[in-house]
Amino acid sequence: MKLRQVLQIIEGKVISRHVDLDSEVTSGGGADLMSDVLAFAQDGMLLMTGLTNPQVVRTAEMAGTAAIVFVRGKIPPPETIALAEQKGIPLLASKYTMFETCGRLYQAGLPAHGLFELTIRHWHEAFEGRE
Amino acid sequence: MDSPTDRKEITKLQELTYELKVGDAMTRNVLTVSPDATMADFREILRANRISGTPVVEDGKMIGIVTIEDLIKALAAGELQATVRERMHPKPVTLYADEPLVHAVSRFSELKYGRFPVIDRNGSLVGIITQGDIVRAMLKRLEISYREEEIHRYRASHIFEDIIADEMALVLGYRVKPRDFSHAGEASSGLKRTLSRLGIHPAIIRRVAVATYEAEINIVVYSNDGGEIVAEVRRDRIKIEAMDRGPGIPDIELAMQPGWSTAPDWVRELGFGAGMGLPNIKSCADMMKLESTVGVGTHLTIIIYLSRNDRERSAK
Repeated sequence: MKLRQVLQIIEGKVISRHVDLDSEVTSGGGADLMSDVLAFAQDGMLLMTGLTNPQVVRTAEMAGTAAIVFVRGKIPPPETIALAEQKGIPLLASKYTMFETCGRLYQAGLPAHGLFELTIRHWHEAFEGRE
Repeated sequence: MDSPTDRKEITKLQELTYELKVGDAMTRNVLTVSPDATMADFREILRANRISGTPVVEDGKMIGIVTIEDLIKALAAGELQATVRERMHPKPVTLYADEPLVHAVSRFSELKYGRFPVIDRNGSLVGIITQGDIVRAMLKRLEISYREEEIHRYRASHIFEDIIADEMALVLGYRVKPRDFSHAGEASSGLKRTLSRLGIHPAIIRRVAVATYEAEINIVVYSNDGGEIVAEVRRDRIKIEAMDRGPGIPDIELAMQPGWSTAPDWVRELGFGAGMGLPNIKSCADMMKLESTVGVGTHLTIIIYLSRNDRERSAK
């Protein structure tokens, strides 16, 4: 899905400079916990988050995230925008909640990428007996 | 429709016109003419110097500008003996040397003049600028940025092939400051960029970057006086050591459990400290060793192999 389509679907705005709206995102994921993002993000993912500090951009850089959408109408501070421009990571904003922003994109066909591997073992242990 | 690349180039040119100043592009050694010279003298100046106009200066002060057009008119009227003073344009439009070049560009398109005298903020003539000067300055700057990009793109991957040795290792060290969250991640960012220049596979780099970043965040959050991250790159594997003189971890087994954390609130507000750091590092690493002594510090070692073969060979 192109960033141009993402913007239409979430009725969003672009908040960093030099964004190529024809660039592609291949999946989506939402979290306010950066360690979780580091654990589940994949190259080309669109990250939805309510956190606006520069570490979000660092996290995106390390995890190979293609672009970031700030949800709930949050606008990041200048240092976050500056770091994103330096790293070439597009920043978008959505006035909708995390749930609705993700929901709109998921409904429009932007895929998730499977289960959270880091904790899935504990899930199995707790609910499906030992394996 | 122009392509995205075209658009990028145009933006770059536009940026350059803001970045460069009129003074960067102008010609400095300005030829001038006295108002008492004749138009015939002026013709000689143009011919000898292959220029098309000059400022008119009297007693060190610019009082006008005279151009090839004025000369042609004088020629047509058979008035080559007229003085420059009679034929010049008084009070010429000038540009300041410290104005961005984009002002000159818009002046040229607005007034259609061939040149503008350039003055400093004291009003002294310091140069002259033509559209040709602008093009030259832009090309020169583009060439410089192009070269910088070439250097930037330079891959150091061949050093592994060029060095002849049974064993070789490239050791990269990074210092990490305590509680300095605005710079947290710079070490990992630097390591990530360096590894990509070394031509390491992106999937490997990603694991190294994520693990190093989590380790770096831990040093920033928990250490008393910072620490260091040392990456040792070999042909078959990358070893990362993160060391700090922090409070130490009392129960490593507990710390390794997803969700276990002793992080203070300010760390949690920044999106970390939810007890996923160490499990995250472990999931990225082929080998992980965590040693810690309470009151002394923590020493984390992880190894990531560059290929599955390397990993299997090492397991044997």
